[in-house]
Amino acid sequence: MFTKILVANRGEIALRIMRTAKAMGIGTVAVYSDADRDAAHVRAADEAVAIGPAPAASSYLSVEAILAAVRQAGADAVHPGYGFLSENAAFAETLAREGIAFIGPPASAIASMGDKITSKALAAKAGVSTVPGHMGLVEDAEEAVRIAAEIGFPVMIKASAGGGGKGMRIAWNEGEARDGFRASRAEARTAFGDERIFIEKFVTDPRHIEIQVLGDQHGNIVYLGERECSIQRRNQKVIEEAPSPFLDPETRRAMGEQAVALARAVGYFSAGTVEFIVDGARNFYFLEMNTRLQVEHPVTELVTGIDLVEQMIRVASGEKLTLSQEDVKLNGWAIESRLYAEDPFRNFLPSTGRLTRYRPPREGRQASGTVVRNDTGVYEGGEISIYYDPMIAKLCTWAETREAAIDAMVAALNDFEVEGIGHNLPFLSAVMRQERFRSGRLTTAYIAEEFPDGFSGVAPDAAASQKLAAIAAVINARLQGRAKQISGTISNHARVVGKDWVVQLGDISHAVTLSGGAQAEVVMFRESEARVTVMGAWHPGQTHAHFLLNEEMLGVKVDLAGFVIRLRVNGMDVRARVRSPRVAELAKLMPIKLPPDTSTMLLCPMPGVITGVTVKVGDRVEAGQTLATVEAMKMENVLKAERKGVVKRVAVSAGQSLAVDELILEFE
Amino acid sequence: MRAILSELEARRDEARAGGGAARVAAQHAKGKLTARERIEVLLDPGSFEEFDMYVTHRAVDFGMAGQKVAGDGVVTGWGTINGRQTYVFSQDFTVLGGSLSETHAEKICKIMDMAMRNGAPVIGLNDSGGARIQEGVASLAGYAEVFRRNAEASGVIPQISVIMGPCAGGAVYSPAMTDFIFMVRDTSYMFVTGPDVVRTVTNESVTAEELGGAGTHTKKSSVADAAFENDVETLEQVRTFFDFLPLNNRAELPLRPVYDDPERIDLRLDTLVPELSTKPYDMKELILALADEGDFFELQAEFARNIIIGFLRLDGHTVGVVANQPMVLAGCLDIDSSRKAARFVRFCDAFSIPILTLVDVPGFLPGVTQETGGVIKHGAKLLFAYSQATVPMVTLITRKAYGGAYDVMASKHIGADINYAWPSAEVAVMGAKGAAEILYRSELGDAEKIAARTRDYEARFANPFVAAERGFIDEVIMPHSSRRRILRAFAALRGKRKEQVWRKHDNIPL
Repeated sequence: MFTKILVANRGEIALRIMRTAKAMGIGTVAVYSDADRDAAHVRAADEAVAIGPAPAASSYLSVEAILAAVRQAGADAVHPGYGFLSENAAFAETLAREGIAFIGPPASAIASMGDKITSKALAAKAGVSTVPGHMGLVEDAEEAVRIAAEIGFPVMIKASAGGGGKGMRIAWNEGEARDGFRASRAEARTAFGDERIFIEKFVTDPRHIEIQVLGDQHGNIVYLGERECSIQRRNQKVIEEAPSPFLDPETRRAMGEQAVALARAVGYFSAGTVEFIVDGARNFYFLEMNTRLQVEHPVTELVTGIDLVEQMIRVASGEKLTLSQEDVKLNGWAIESRLYAEDPFRNFLPSTGRLTRYRPPREGRQASGTVVRNDTGVYEGGEISIYYDPMIAKLCTWAETREAAIDAMVAALNDFEVEGIGHNLPFLSAVMRQERFRSGRLTTAYIAEEFPDGFSGVAPDAAASQKLAAIAAVINARLQGRAKQISGTISNHARVVGKDWVVQLGDISHAVTLSGGAQAEVVMFRESEARVTVMGAWHPGQTHAHFLLNEEMLGVKVDLAGFVIRLRVNGMDVRARVRSPRVAELAKLMPIKLPPDTSTMLLCPMPGVITGVTVKVGDRVEAGQTLATVEAMKMENVLKAERKGVVKRVAVSAGQSLAVDELILEFE
Repeated sequence: MRAILSELEARRDEARAGGGAARVAAQHAKGKLTARERIEVLLDPGSFEEFDMYVTHRAVDFGMAGQKVAGDGVVTGWGTINGRQTYVFSQDFTVLGGSLSETHAEKICKIMDMAMRNGAPVIGLNDSGGARIQEGVASLAGYAEVFRRNAEASGVIPQISVIMGPCAGGAVYSPAMTDFIFMVRDTSYMFVTGPDVVRTVTNESVTAEELGGAGTHTKKSSVADAAFENDVETLEQVRTFFDFLPLNNRAELPLRPVYDDPERIDLRLDTLVPELSTKPYDMKELILALADEGDFFELQAEFARNIIIGFLRLDGHTVGVVANQPMVLAGCLDIDSSRKAARFVRFCDAFSIPILTLVDVPGFLPGVTQETGGVIKHGAKLLFAYSQATVPMVTLITRKAYGGAYDVMASKHIGADINYAWPSAEVAVMGAKGAAEILYRSELGDAEKIAARTRDYEARFANPFVAAERGFIDEVIMPHSSRRRILRAFAALRGKRKEQVWRKHDNIPL
């Protein structure tokens, strides 16, 4: 076995690999760029080696820098994690030449699976089902019709140079095939100057389902079930689960056996993933093979009980697999949510900056029997930098059933506190609560279909509004109860805090009466006479608390801004104002103000020198996007867009000195 | 007897009706509450005791004899906010436009006198068309009586002004002499001369909002300390704010039960100061991390944002905080920030509110406008205010403390009691590069040599230890333990007494 493993990666996956290495009694070496000097993976490792400046190309992607670190630390094996050098055959070969073990597949397998065309041909040869299509170029419309009929409708006609939907047509019959071919070719000619056209089977209701394979250097290969990763946004996986709610045992076995056949065909060992696209009739077609540990590997670990990193290390050191296909049992259900530093309210624009608050939910087995696992590489006070992947954490839950795993995820997301940067927690919560997700009707177009206009938060329905109002009423009662305990009060006129309140929640006001004591407060809604019993140990200053509302337990994020009580739970984000009935009545007289008309100009907020303008005329910008940087007092100030807009004019250029309120940009 | 009792009720009802249903409706239509409704929101329910409800004016000129309304356009009295006493006057715009008559002024003076005698704050809710022109000089005399009392009460009882409608002409000078001014957005404005006069005299065309709205006074003129969305929110905020203040200059500071751990450790503070000394960070994060329950009431948030002022509680006790904000102009001191902080320091000192100073200051802002604008004298205000303050003062240097600005920002030398520094602190005359360029002027042509000199200077002075070796810094502390250390420091200073030499009063560089 190895004595020292260098992890040629950063963030959560570096920590994940080190955890297993430590458990196996193997020494760990971290590598870090200048931007990661204080990173969690550096602190977790037994030793750490600096490998260069922040940009990945000159650090984590630099074969020389990593090799130098390996030599310096005297490591005898390298785990590449995912991304960076993990699927770089040359890197694997270089290590082999140096006599360092590469914890991954053979370089030849990386090379052959790394090429789309080769891998597809190899897969077809190995008997793996591939998307039926015409590999060659199509000459004219009639040939297109003939090929389409051979493949079977619907078909996708697409330009060889295509991208972004241009030069792409779906045809459901011969007529559409004829027209689609002409239209695609015309578009391709004008858009790309390249009129070569392909035709392949169009997969309806596509789902992304992948098979985890694991092999040793002695020819033993098993498959560890599947993962469904259909919930994607722009080809970026967001939510994954194992098993898939869609597969039956026959399909699973067929897919698994084909995946193993492909792995065998390329002499594969270590962990790998064969990705398939599956249509509504459970026809599955090979997409590609990923010759590395996948981001979403934890869900497989949770349902199989197998530590994939441990297996990779053992295989790399030459050990034989100790498990056979019959030993692989899928137990229960696991879901993974990827928490990204992307602001869903600003069209998922990446958000960078300081994590002023980072409190993940408690990990491990919960009282209910479910399991929470959180793979992360960040910490409170740490920085999400512009240089690397914006993933904050991978939150996984496991339970006996899919429904229970989803419920556990809902609770875990509610208990996850992240502040300081924009992130997709509310979006993940929203998906987890959607009926379509819960019933497992997934396709890769799920997000596009369910959120056609983007994400603008979850609006509370009547029942939720009542629950939130009850919580706000209880919080207010505790604040009022504390406020009256201030010193210096007048002697003969004790402040009496009333029992009747009006909770204003958005446009809805709830008139409530509080009764009960410190243990359980009863909130009675005066209009409906509905009663909600609220139990919860929240006290002022707590930013997160559990409330038991009648029978339901809710983890709620609580923020006080003056007298405004902000509550966040289940993807909802509401601001409540709790007032006495009289003040509430007076508040109704207050004018409703429209949001102020923000100016269409970006003005220089301070005297300084423009160091950069990051947008140009015609650019569509999202709120929060960086527009320009100004250096003043030797400090760099980042100017960000306050709202969406299109740049009409750039009035300055880098290096120009500006006074306060001078024009930088104008929007349309 | 019963008839007499009902007569009293009738007279009360008449007074409470103010300017009548039509004018009340007009007030509501403008999005404003009436004088009495405002008091209802401001004070604890049922706590208001009204005085002088039946007062009417004595004017007869210009048909005034027939225009008498009980109360004469202002509601006065006292009540409580969370059980603590305050005097209140609330001008009633529905009665003769809330205009100030001789008797209107007398009512205000009466409760101000009571407040002074009994040691309770005065909160004025301003909504007035100005002087009652029909009364002429009697009205002006009334204003002046109020002004004198404002000056006399200054530093004795807290005075809060809330501008909830027009406040123009001489009327502005009463709020201007109080401690704090809050405004309501879109429905309040303050100016000495209004848009019409401005147009006539200077030919400048300007709206009332531009000239004296909440935006102008919170962002540009710094006349107002904060502005809020509407009447109700503004008054609710005043309630919150009131809880920070002592009732008078001899009263104990208010103490409120806390749920926050005085020993709380905040590891994220260890990474608050970025490695690059030119990279800004948000000083507010530190303020919120130090405060009990993260609760901070900021004042003048939109003016001179390179310095932050406001109140927080430490272990339940009110503390005033002054902090450089590296996010804006690198946190430097300039005319505006010096003035802003100086007045705040003076208020805290007058009312025995301890001061916490958080320092990251690269110096005074250079520039022609600064020098010709009198940065010397304005900067001196802050230096003077700190030098003269006798309340407990704790200072924490997080990063830069350069040059004269180091001295100004509550340094040991000018009277701070406990001076802490983070290990990232750089207490020096100036930045290393600037220092090297002055000290080795002859080597200026040689970039390498200057860089080496800069490194030498950095190594020697870019740390807190040179100052600590001299005792100017009492202790270099871990960022994560800042709350614990600062709370302990203030606890140890609670008995601080400082005798002062007799003088009539100081002569702060106004």
